[in-house]
Amino acid sequence: MANINLASEGGVVNSAPQSDSHEFDATKTRTQGQLVMRRFLRHRLAMVSLGVFVFLVLFAFLGPFIWTFDYEDVSSKSYQPMSGTHPLGTTQVGKDMLALLMRGTGYSLQIALIVAALATAIGVTFGALAGYLRGFVDTALMRLVDLLLIIPQIAVAAIVVKGFSGSWYVVALVLAAFAWMSIARITRGETLSLAQREFVEAARACGASTPRIIFKHLVPNMIGSITVNATLAIAAAVLTEAALSFLGLGVQPPDTSLGVIVLENYGQFMNRPWLFWGPFIVLVSLSLAVNFIGDGLRDAFDPRQTKVRA
Amino acid sequence: MIRYIIRRLLISIPILLIGSFACYVLVATAGNPLAEMRFRPGVTEADIKAAEVSLGLDKPVFIRYWNWLTDFLSGDWGQSIALGQAKTAVFPAVTDALWTTGRLVIGAELLALTLGVSVGVLAAVRQYSIFDYLATSTAFLMFSMPIFCVAVIVKNYGIQFNNVLESMGLDRWLTTAGPRPGGFTGSFGEVIFKYTGTFLLPTVALMLISFAAYSRFERASMLEILHSDFVRTARAKGISQSRVIFKHAFRNALIPVSTLFSLNFGAVLSGAIITETVFGWAGMGTLLVNSVRQFDPPMLMGWLAVTATLIVLFNLIADVVYGILDPRIRLG
Repeated sequence: MANINLASEGGVVNSAPQSDSHEFDATKTRTQGQLVMRRFLRHRLAMVSLGVFVFLVLFAFLGPFIWTFDYEDVSSKSYQPMSGTHPLGTTQVGKDMLALLMRGTGYSLQIALIVAALATAIGVTFGALAGYLRGFVDTALMRLVDLLLIIPQIAVAAIVVKGFSGSWYVVALVLAAFAWMSIARITRGETLSLAQREFVEAARACGASTPRIIFKHLVPNMIGSITVNATLAIAAAVLTEAALSFLGLGVQPPDTSLGVIVLENYGQFMNRPWLFWGPFIVLVSLSLAVNFIGDGLRDAFDPRQTKVRA
Repeated sequence: MIRYIIRRLLISIPILLIGSFACYVLVATAGNPLAEMRFRPGVTEADIKAAEVSLGLDKPVFIRYWNWLTDFLSGDWGQSIALGQAKTAVFPAVTDALWTTGRLVIGAELLALTLGVSVGVLAAVRQYSIFDYLATSTAFLMFSMPIFCVAVIVKNYGIQFNNVLESMGLDRWLTTAGPRPGGFTGSFGEVIFKYTGTFLLPTVALMLISFAAYSRFERASMLEILHSDFVRTARAKGISQSRVIFKHAFRNALIPVSTLFSLNFGAVLSGAIITETVFGWAGMGTLLVNSVRQFDPPMLMGWLAVTATLIVLFNLIADVVYGILDPRIRLG
């Protein structure tokens, strides 16, 4: 009984029989979402990476409450070696490196998450609109993508930061403005093929509005590639932000981010290597962890996936 | 084909115009190039007004853009207005920087492409072997690596290598502070020695990042081709393994990578910007960073116009190459 209303709502994704169907089934049925979740949870590398990511989030946002030093505290002596009081030593002006790392990781995470969220929202909306409406809207939006692709992001971000402000949200906004294009292209491509399917036609025949078709019928069916690309956008944003700040054109001191910390301390590579390797390891584990999570999600969403049992 | 190229070039003209206008407005609103003048001693309000008029800053932005555009197209790219730049002309500054960056990037990219493609093909042919796991994990690691950290690490180990050379009584080989002005002189051996020493470290730093992308991409496309029907047919006909791989699979697997190679230009450019900063090369990266720091609108506009045009050209090359390599795609 329950399977009859399959096509009407949600189409492919929402193929879960209703709860009362258990008594009829010999084996337990799982929804698509449960299958994906199980596959993801069994992806060992992705789970380890998720652990690392959660640890870094806690380190960045809870760490400052526990740790004795503040990132602005300059009362310690300059360039102290690693010790019990300063596990990663102190910087030239006498800031505790561990406290700086917490603050920097927090900022990098904050920026990266906002960039990814904004880029995904803009990219999915524009891509789905272009793919669904086609014609003039499609041409206009895709020309906008072409336009943004020819202007180097790093230059625009640098000019905006120099001209307006180096606050973290300005950096995040500029990076997001140049990060949505790939997601828009992918969404557009998938929408073009999905929009030809019967369940979309059925929805249109029922009089569903364009926003409803896009967000209720199309987007849920593309959730796999959207999630994967949003995750990869986080990793890319972490690296871009760090690179900009490293050039001195991103987050501005006295505030800090992982890129600023590397910029201020890479001169000490030879004499006090921990001042370089500390932020380096945090930065690489952050971007590696997010990339691995994205990879795990890609595998989990792939229905042809056989490596991990569902 | 020629019609297609002409049409594409015509389409890119409005995009370049709109893009340059957007950049011009951005640069014009981002700051006042005369802001620093106010802090100089002995500068009166009248001097600032005179400077504004001489730079045309009193006119509306549309007219200023039009003037810039007509000047730019007629070859007059303007002069730097930053303090202490002594009115450097923009055109030679940008072309010099481009030449410096180009020498670095072309070598690094060609090396990365050759290495990346070979490693990718080998990893695909020997899928799930130790080599595959090593190559895949290295590529994944390099892909997640911040390029400025790679550059810093490469540079510092280069310095240590130099110290070792010196302690052995040899000359310091690797340069970590940009190419010497005036080119390379001396005997043939000396030139080679200096040339490789200058280029090796930044090339390696740039190459490692691109290499990761190419080898990952090549492995994926090679795997896809190796599992396709026509490769199975070729095998069934009894063609030798090496012939299947090189004649049938490899040539087809090159198509997506060649596109990536041309489309990658923007990413390579930003990689070059960072590498140059670390190694002290006076290329496009240094030019951008300095023009932004000193806020020099004519220089910034020259920089943006040149890079945008290059990106458009590389995108066009990508499409044309795609059409040449893959006869199934008809351009027109």
